[in-house]
Amino acid sequence: MPLSTQSQSDVDQYILIASLDNARNLSNILKAISFKDHAIFNATQNGLKVTVEDSKCLQANAFIQADIFQEYIIKEDAVGFQVNLTVLLDCLTIFGGSTVPGVCTALRMCYNGYGYPLTLFLEEGGVVTVCKINTQEPEEPIDFDFCSTNVTNKVILQSDSLKEAFSELDMTSEVLQITMSPSHPYFRLSTFGNSGNAHYDYPKDSDMMELFQCTKIQTNRYKMSLLKPSTKALALSCKVSVRTDSRGFLSLQYLVRNDDGQICFVEYYCCPDEEVEEE
Amino acid sequence: MKFRAKIVDVGCLNHFTRVVNTVSKLTKACVLRLTCDHLYFVLSGRVATGGVSMWCELLQVNFFDEFQLEGVSADANEIFLEVAPENLSRALKTAQNAKSVKIKLTKKSCPCLTLAAELPSLSSLSRVVTHDLPVDVIPRRLWYDFREPQMPEFDVSIYLPPLKTMKSVVDRMKNLSNYLVVEANLNGKMNLKIETDLVSVTTHFKELGNPPWGEDGSQSSSRTHREPELMAETRVDIRKLQQFLTGQQVNPSRAMCNIVDGRILHLIFLHEDVSLQYFIPAVV
Repeated sequence: MPLSTQSQSDVDQYILIASLDNARNLSNILKAISFKDHAIFNATQNGLKVTVEDSKCLQANAFIQADIFQEYIIKEDAVGFQVNLTVLLDCLTIFGGSTVPGVCTALRMCYNGYGYPLTLFLEEGGVVTVCKINTQEPEEPIDFDFCSTNVTNKVILQSDSLKEAFSELDMTSEVLQITMSPSHPYFRLSTFGNSGNAHYDYPKDSDMMELFQCTKIQTNRYKMSLLKPSTKALALSCKVSVRTDSRGFLSLQYLVRNDDGQICFVEYYCCPDEEVEEE
Repeated sequence: MKFRAKIVDVGCLNHFTRVVNTVSKLTKACVLRLTCDHLYFVLSGRVATGGVSMWCELLQVNFFDEFQLEGVSADANEIFLEVAPENLSRALKTAQNAKSVKIKLTKKSCPCLTLAAELPSLSSLSRVVTHDLPVDVIPRRLWYDFREPQMPEFDVSIYLPPLKTMKSVVDRMKNLSNYLVVEANLNGKMNLKIETDLVSVTTHFKELGNPPWGEDGSQSSSRTHREPELMAETRVDIRKLQQFLTGQQVNPSRAMCNIVDGRILHLIFLHEDVSLQYFIPAVV
């Protein structure tokens, strides 16, 4: 079985090795950002960061810390490459989406460096699959320049409440409008679709509201088509933080618990569609 | 020409239905060959069907309570009909809870297989649902096209891995490539491989076991000296293999394949009273 019979020389030539007893702890979180074919991988001592971008207006990042992996070896400060995320997900789930308890796919992901494919060894029930996925030179992810000092408004909500709202959002609306304010309506999601306008209000003292830090009233609109993929991350998460900065840029950060209860993060950054002047 | 048959056992009816469902998932049209002892669903490899052939054989006595056949002539006591298995499948679906199902060859405005299902009802009178399935009678001069396929001179014969795993892997591989290589050796090892510009994936199965064909006359002596680690392979259209694996409604008691290196992938599924063979030609 390749997983255990890899020769020492094979292991020596890899600059990155990451292993999981349960490949779902990687595939599930990658599904939450899989709205485009290509993903930029950036591995450091801290762990793995995977980035997917759309038309320079939307960026999604998934963070899987080093201690999530059963084995994590990195021989350089930073290892970066780009792969086809759809292909990677098909490989990670090669044995199907088995949800039988106790049965899972073990994964060992290896990378030799620039010009080499990403090699995956997957094993379930004694059957081994080896995948070699071609890599490309990683593009530089956009820096949205979103830093905590510029944050104007921030709320942290329990995901359940947002899940309901997002599942009911009027998709005929081209934009999703987010209003955050120290006074009523506090936190409001609005759509303007064919059937009319709809508002979802979350009062600041609601059970679902874990943190409410709004300094001034802000209303921003974001393209619905850009935000739609974030619902996958929302579905996986238990908590979400919504922040806007002085430019109206949106940061959504999702706290995701994997199959083993460990915490990973997914964040989405989105540019505003147009700024609405507040009265 | 006459044909009448009757199923009264609900277990036999369900089994027969599952077999017909499996066949209907594999092909839109095929030949139904009726003899005194057997029913056969036959698809003979043609370019139009991508060259796949199918031979499904049922032992009549294990399904039917009554079976009467009068073939085209005394020396050719068989009937060959061109049928659409999906029609038969749909008719059998309505007969799910029937007390009895009668099938007979009739002549309406065209030759038909008429299926009459006696359904239970609350009153003492039964409800009968009848389906007339149009068929074409195949003349004797064309019977040669639908003869039993010969066991190919295979290079390797091997038992298949658990179908559930094989199906999951083939399903995913189909997203990645149009063609799949199946290779196996006489040491019970089988690999499924795909390779494209973007990715290469190989799934390794081992300790599968090789069927002991030794006693069968079709084994030539040279094969027994075949190097056990040497792989025989065929490259096939992945959709054909996926279609075959997806269509299976019953887990076979034995599932195996024979590989003629570079030529044919021959899949054999055996149940107690049904055998299904599927031939997928290699693509270059």
